[in-house]
Amino acid sequence: MESILNWVSENQQIIYIVILMIFVGIEVIGHVPSVLHTPLMSGANAIHGVVIIGAIIVMGKAEPDNYFALVLGFLAVILGTLNVVGGFVVTDRMLEMFKKKK
Amino acid sequence: MELNLLTICYLIASVTFIIGLKMLSNPASARKGNLVAAAGMTIAILGTIFLYESEGQKLHNYAWIFGGLLIGAVVGTLAAKKVKMTAMPEMVSLFNGMGGACAALISAAEFYHIYELHKASPDTAFADIIPMGSYITIAAGAIIGTISYTGSIIAWGKLNGRVKDFSFKGQHIVNMIVLALTLAAAVFAYRSTVGTIYLPFILIGFFAFIYGILFVMPIGGADMPVVISLLNSFTGVAAACGGFLYDNKAMLTGGILVGAAGTLLTILMCKAMNRSLTNVLIGSFGGGGTTGAAGGKKEQGSHKEISLSDTAMVMAYANKVMIVPGYGLAVAQAQHTCHELEKILEDKGVEVKYAIHPVAGRMPGHMNVLLAEADVPYEKLLEMEQANDEFKTCDVVLILGANDVVNPAAKTDPASPIYGMPILDVELAKTVIVNKRSMKPGYAGIENDLFFQPKTSMLFGDAKKVLQDLCAEVKSI
Repeated sequence: MESILNWVSENQQIIYIVILMIFVGIEVIGHVPSVLHTPLMSGANAIHGVVIIGAIIVMGKAEPDNYFALVLGFLAVILGTLNVVGGFVVTDRMLEMFKKKK
Repeated sequence: MELNLLTICYLIASVTFIIGLKMLSNPASARKGNLVAAAGMTIAILGTIFLYESEGQKLHNYAWIFGGLLIGAVVGTLAAKKVKMTAMPEMVSLFNGMGGACAALISAAEFYHIYELHKASPDTAFADIIPMGSYITIAAGAIIGTISYTGSIIAWGKLNGRVKDFSFKGQHIVNMIVLALTLAAAVFAYRSTVGTIYLPFILIGFFAFIYGILFVMPIGGADMPVVISLLNSFTGVAAACGGFLYDNKAMLTGGILVGAAGTLLTILMCKAMNRSLTNVLIGSFGGGGTTGAAGGKKEQGSHKEISLSDTAMVMAYANKVMIVPGYGLAVAQAQHTCHELEKILEDKGVEVKYAIHPVAGRMPGHMNVLLAEADVPYEKLLEMEQANDEFKTCDVVLILGANDVVNPAAKTDPASPIYGMPILDVELAKTVIVNKRSMKPGYAGIENDLFFQPKTSMLFGDAKKVLQDLCAEVKSI
């Protein structure tokens, strides 16, 4: 119990961010028309690709002779980039279709 | 100085993610919103590569980093550019799985890193090395990321037909047990000593892997969009765990933002389909469908068929034709041919409009994207409410590969699994022509009374082939 309380107060800044972000996340897409559900999902999918930053950090911190860590990091970077780049490009392609209608 | 700059980079990224999502939820600004978020992401990535420092040390292994980025970017762009519009949903699922796997790998790498640091003293309890809070984030990242990865891959396989629905009696209990085993492995790992940590950690990954498969397996294909959206928010949370681990605000905000927005979006999608989330996950459709079977066994009358030339005749001499596109049209890639038929009919003075059900196709909004791709003018696409007002003035309704969204059982039969789902009231029109490949039931696995009504005629065949022939027939009239 003690340790959990300590942990909360040590990380209160992050906990605040998490709580506020939950509300922001719900608030910003609250009024999305159903036509945009698919592109929005795809766009959000690209945004969580931000996990690539973690992959870059893992990769960049690995000792150059530690092949196991290098391979893990390398795979993570590839997968993360796929998520980011693929996600944004697919979303753009979907939304391009919407633009033509004007 | 450089670290401060990095903080600014992350700040910009976080703000662009919020603005991007906001813009993405409005049709007029959606495309720009996507680019704004992409720009923010680029800043965050470049900032991390060049400015990041940990304990006074810069990152190294640049060759590996850039190699990975390059491979990922090339493959990702090609895949995203090449994929057919109809296969978009499974592509999103696949990319989502990649993100989940990335988060899981980060956790694994971090775990390994801690192990390396302390392997000289194998008898130390793992719990003494890292605080519980950090351990929970590492384990959560590994578990959620892995579930999201295997779940997304299964969802991808289901959408493109490689994986069939599969469920067995008591599966929910088995699922619960596997999930409990995953958590138990996580607790066990925390209680182990450094020397024996390997096995429990591998077990965490293994059970999470199995759980992801079992979680998605029984859910019916029609509900896949909801599942993908849910897994999408899972990956968001997994990314946020990484953010927690590295005290990285961009990852944290981006991840939580998607986690929250994704959850809401999942609920909104369920609402559009008039299903509850629990219903989707517990799966009345996918669970073998006791209700569906009951609806299907009901004795049906006979249906009547209509020939191509008759269809062409009826349509060419109609005043107003409403086209109801469904997944059949998407699968047959017939959106361009459909647009062509529309133009030919318009030349003959027939008013043509499209009635788009919110969940037509495979995902909400999917059909609009497909028809927009074929240059169908936006004004011709009617949303469900508008369309329902106009059906009574229509002479002909042409249903192309849609089934459940025009099933009157949703209104009349409380025992039907789709009861309560808003549908298109096509039977208000004078004539209904249904194009399907066969009399097989749609995704919900239930019979459609509409097909047996006196004013309905069936026109069997692949949507594209039928539409091409119709074009030729109508032209020759």
